[in-house]
Amino acid sequence: MLHIVNKSPSERNTLDSCLRMAKKGSTILLIEDGVYGATKGGVAENKLKAAMADVKVYALWPDLEARGMQDSVIDGIEQVDYNGFVDLVVADKNVQSWL
Amino acid sequence: MTESTGGIDMDEDSSGTVKKFAFVNRKAPYGTIYALESLEVVLISAAFDQDVSLVFADDGVYELKKGQATKAVGMKNFSPTYRALEGYDIEKLFVEKESMEARGLTVDDLVVPVEVLTSEEMATLLDEQDVVLSF
Repeated sequence: MLHIVNKSPSERNTLDSCLRMAKKGSTILLIEDGVYGATKGGVAENKLKAAMADVKVYALWPDLEARGMQDSVIDGIEQVDYNGFVDLVVADKNVQSWL
Repeated sequence: MTESTGGIDMDEDSSGTVKKFAFVNRKAPYGTIYALESLEVVLISAAFDQDVSLVFADDGVYELKKGQATKAVGMKNFSPTYRALEGYDIEKLFVEKESMEARGLTVDDLVVPVEVLTSEEMATLLDEQDVVLSF
């Protein structure tokens, strides 16, 4: 299953909810303000790193770059573009957007 | 006298008086329109020769992050505008220390020189304002 998070972890708790309810082996894609969760020094760094033992995490690089966060991405998070976004959507049987 | 949001006094005897205005920015850029709208109103306020302060707290600190490149998302990168504010005599930019540190950022990560204030100092600054506008 693909989980999409688009809100900043320092403003909303959607990433927390996602991590709590994502099954092992799931995929999480961080987009829009959700990409702040993928950054070193951010509020979500430690819990995301811990979760990465069980889930695969991706971040949309156009959104990272727009926010100037392209150089502070946590190691192990894979960056994708819009085509990669589509590939992730079709790769799983269902998608949950944590709006 | 301290007024809350919307207390802009436009009657006749207010002409020529200078009020303390603070724009409080608490939202990340691009995800919502708040950051850009705040900047628009700040630029308008510059035309009225008021005592303007810009406050950046919570995710608002992200508005000032260096290295923003918006080509791939097809949005306007408005971060260079913060550097132009000085030309409009808007030179008081304040960042809350706690917010900046919680995001792993330092003043070296920001596009403009700012004054870093603790929460306590920020509380005093806000309390001293005549008008506070929140974004």
